[in-house]
Amino acid sequence: MTAGLASPLPPPIDTPLATVPSDTLTTASWRTFRPVIDRGLCTRCNLCWKFCPDIALELDAEGYPVLREAFCKGCGICAVECPPKAIVMEKEV
Amino acid sequence: MAREVLSGDYAQSYAAKLARVDVVAAYPITPQTSIVEKLADLVVTGALRAQYIKVESEHSALQACVSASALGARAYTATSSQGLLLMHELLHWASGMRTPVVMGVANRAVAAPWSIDVDHADSMSQRDTGWIQFYAESNQEVLDTVLAAFRLSEDEAVRLPSMVAMDAFYLTHTVEPVDVPEQADVDRFLPPRSKVGTLDPHRPTRLGSFTSPEHYTEFRHAVASASKAAAQLAPTVEEEYARIVGRDLGGPLPRYLTDDADAILVTMGTATTTARSTVDALRAEGRKVGLAKLRRFRPFPSEEVRALGRTGARIGVLDRSFTYGAAGAAATEVMAALYAASPRPLVRSFVAGLGGRDITPALVRSLYRHLLEEEGPEVVWADLKVPPGEATAEALHG
Repeated sequence: MTAGLASPLPPPIDTPLATVPSDTLTTASWRTFRPVIDRGLCTRCNLCWKFCPDIALELDAEGYPVLREAFCKGCGICAVECPPKAIVMEKEV
Repeated sequence: MAREVLSGDYAQSYAAKLARVDVVAAYPITPQTSIVEKLADLVVTGALRAQYIKVESEHSALQACVSASALGARAYTATSSQGLLLMHELLHWASGMRTPVVMGVANRAVAAPWSIDVDHADSMSQRDTGWIQFYAESNQEVLDTVLAAFRLSEDEAVRLPSMVAMDAFYLTHTVEPVDVPEQADVDRFLPPRSKVGTLDPHRPTRLGSFTSPEHYTEFRHAVASASKAAAQLAPTVEEEYARIVGRDLGGPLPRYLTDDADAILVTMGTATTTARSTVDALRAEGRKVGLAKLRRFRPFPSEEVRALGRTGARIGVLDRSFTYGAAGAAATEVMAALYAASPRPLVRSFVAGLGGRDITPALVRSLYRHLLEEEGPEVVWADLKVPPGEATAEALHG
């Protein structure tokens, strides 16, 4: 019952424990809109990164937001919060 | 053993202290607040070595306890009424993640309309969350039951959370003598928690995360099995408690003068005390009446109810809440348990004492009279002021 056992001490079979890291399970294949980031307009304020409810934005070495496509559900909160309007939501094709 | 004068709220607090809880997280709500105020006091003075986590809501309070419990901590919270309703989502998480949190519940009516007085709708409407549920009659029973609940909940075969409910104000704010066990005895009865099924930060795992149809049913069935295990283990836990602490908790359905009874009332919480004294009065008048106290609502003591049914008495179940569109929740459970009984006793659902309305000896007498003398309706709102037939729009609005 327990998915992906890698632990030296397996958890009891009646407990919903899983050892597969959550970032190996992609959860956003059904996205309708995707955020598109204009690095020219971005001020690296990081508000998009702070507001993202699904940790689907990470910051690169220079501090620009980068989309983790496997996890972004396209909710658009980042685009709404972005002060310079550097993020626009575009329909997936 | 020290005899102290304690409110039901403080009986909860001292039980949590004796259980050496590691984590307390709670949000204030009348009439629960003094439980966690006392615990905060015990923590800040160093009398209890625990993490007291301040939170912004009951939802977060239970989340904090569930998370702590998932890591192996002994966690306690308390709430009431609207606060328990706000916790509802986390109640399911707690049982599904198999975290043996223990929670004190001050049974208080739920809105609307607003009320702060006794009523069981708050906890009865959490029936299907996988929690073990106890209902206490006295402050002594509150303290003893909290300790027994920790032991039962934490058993490796159970690992399910428990709530220990007590009537608002009648217990929460009424003081009475309570025998407080010695710490050494409690320590013998309630050893530190087993680490089975708990998280280890050094070996990260996910608990309760996304589960496919391939596995989900089995985890639900595991909760069902654990609940059954709790019912099977409860007598052993109570025997241990009696052996070490010296008090018998009486099982899930203690009976009073039922063997030769023609009519038996099943009660929960403080209504039991009123009913017991009424039984004594009726017995003195030659009426063969008895009483059974439903101490544990989940897992439901179906076997004990069937044994009660074999007395041949008519059975009335007094609920301090109502399942709309049906009957009192305890009554429907009693009826279901007796469905296969042959002969099947007459069972009536009595609803009374909602929102703090007093359950008086006169009312209890009327319930026994109803059972003994009438073939009336299956569901009776026993203390309703306006008979339903008269509650017309004209009567209500002039």
